[in-house]
Amino acid sequence: MPVRQPLQFYSEPLPGVDTAELHGRLIVIEGPDAVGRSTQVARLRQWLEQEGHAVLDTGMARSALAGKGIKEAMRGNTLGPIAMTLFYTTDFADRLENEIVPALRAGFVVLIDRYIFSIMARAVARGEDRRWIEQVAGFALVPHAVYYLRASVEELVSRVVLGRGAFDYWESGMDVGFGADMYQSFVRYQSRLIRALDLMAKRYNFTVVDANRPADVIFEELRERIGAMQFNGAPIETIPAAPPKRAPRKRAWKSTS
Amino acid sequence: MALFLPNRYAGRLIVVEGIDGSGKSTQISLLSHWLRSQGYAVAFSEWNSSPLVRQTTRRGKKKEMFTPTTFSLIHATDFANRSESYILPLVKAGAIVCADRYAFTAFARDVARGVNRRWVRNLYRFAVRPDLCFYFRVPLDVAVQRILGGRDAIKYYEAGMDLGLSRDVVESFRIFQGRILDEYEAMAQSMGFRIIDATLSIEEQQRQMREIVLEALDQRLKSGVLRVPGGESNAGATTAPVLQ
Repeated sequence: MPVRQPLQFYSEPLPGVDTAELHGRLIVIEGPDAVGRSTQVARLRQWLEQEGHAVLDTGMARSALAGKGIKEAMRGNTLGPIAMTLFYTTDFADRLENEIVPALRAGFVVLIDRYIFSIMARAVARGEDRRWIEQVAGFALVPHAVYYLRASVEELVSRVVLGRGAFDYWESGMDVGFGADMYQSFVRYQSRLIRALDLMAKRYNFTVVDANRPADVIFEELRERIGAMQFNGAPIETIPAAPPKRAPRKRAWKSTS
Repeated sequence: MALFLPNRYAGRLIVVEGIDGSGKSTQISLLSHWLRSQGYAVAFSEWNSSPLVRQTTRRGKKKEMFTPTTFSLIHATDFANRSESYILPLVKAGAIVCADRYAFTAFARDVARGVNRRWVRNLYRFAVRPDLCFYFRVPLDVAVQRILGGRDAIKYYEAGMDLGLSRDVVESFRIFQGRILDEYEAMAQSMGFRIIDATLSIEEQQRQMREIVLEALDQRLKSGVLRVPGGESNAGATTAPVLQ
C-alpha cells in the first residue's frame, strides 16, 4: 500500500475539490461502540479551542442530507447491510463536501468521531467484500492522524451494562444475528468489529490507544499526541490563540504539502 | 473484478433502460402484465422507490442539496435496499423480476454528471446480473419532444440543472440527456443490451420484446421460474403500473 499524504484522496478524487486549497488538520477518533469516543472528542474540542484553534467536530449520521433518514431507517430494523453501508457513506459524503472540506479550506482543526473506517468495519463484520467498500469510500481524505481507541470486548460489555444499562439492537449486530440473545450477539459482533479495525490499523496508519484505561488517562495521552503533532514544523500548541497583528494567521496555517 | 453477481438462482431478471422519454416504462409494464397473464410469478421494481430511502432523496432534491457524489450514493442506497429486500429474495425464490431502470441508469447518469466511471461501476458490484437488458434507443429530439409534450415541468435534477449547463431548463435538459444518451450508446455493446428501436409503434416494440423473452429465457420459462399452470398468477399483487 503506497504511503499517503494527509489531505489527499485515498483513491478517487472528489469532483470539484482541489486538495491544494486545504490547510486545516484532520483528526479522527475511531473505535468500537461504547469505547468512549464521544467523551474524548468533546474534551479534545474544548482543549483545542482553549488553545485558540477553530474546531469543527462531526460524526456519523449527522449530515443535513441523510442524518434524519438514517435514524428513521434504523428504527424499522429492516435495513440490509449493503443499504446500511451506502446510507452511511452518503451521510459521510454529504458531511465531507459540505462541512469538512470547507472547514479545512478555512484552516480549522476537524475532529471526527468515526470516519470511513467504522463504516468499513461494520460492512466487513457483516460479511461484505472489503475491496468493494474500500473503493466506494475511496473519495475520503487521508487524515493527519487516526487514533484508534482499542478496548477488549469484556471492557465494552461492562461499559454498556454499567453505563447504559441495556444492549442496543444495532450495536449488538442483531440485524445479522450473531448469537441467541443480545449479549451473545454483542460479544461476537463487537469482536468482529475489533478484528476488522485491527486489520485496518496498519493499512491505514492508525495510532492505537489503549482504551481499557480510565477516560482521564486516555485524554492525557491523546492531548500529548495531538500536541506533539508537527504541522509545518510547528507543534499544534505553539500556534498563538490571538496572533499578533503583523503576523497574519494565514501564514501559520499555510500548508507546505 | 466481476461487474455483477451472477444469477445462479431459479428466477430471472429483466430490466429496461433508456433516456427519459424513450417509452421504456410503458413497455416493461406491458411485458410484466403479459408474463403474469401467462401464469408466471412476476415482481416489479422501479428505480428510486425504496420506502426507507425515498424520503431522503425527495428532501435532497427539493432543497437542491445534492452533489454528483451524494446523488450517486443515495440512488445506490435506494437500489441496495430494493435489491436486498425485494429483488434478490424474489429472484432466489423463482420469480421473474421486471425492473424499470437498473444499475445502468447510474452508470449513464452519474458519469454524465462527472462522477468517475470506474467508481460507479464498483458501487453496484453487489447487484444481480440481469438476464435480459432492453435498451430503448431513441433520437434525442424525439425524446425531448415526448417529454415536453407530456408533462408540465422538467425537474431540476432531471434537467441536470445542478451542473450549470445552461440557465434554460429545456436547453439544459437537452444537453444533459444528450450526455446520458452518449453513455448508454457507449456501453450498449459491452453490456449486452438488447436494442429496441423506440421510434417504432408501441405494439411493434412489445412484439419484439416478447419474442426476445421467449427465445432468451426459453428453457428457464419451461422449468425453473414459478408458474401457475394455465392460469394467471398473483395478478395485481404488486402495484398496478401506470401507463404513461
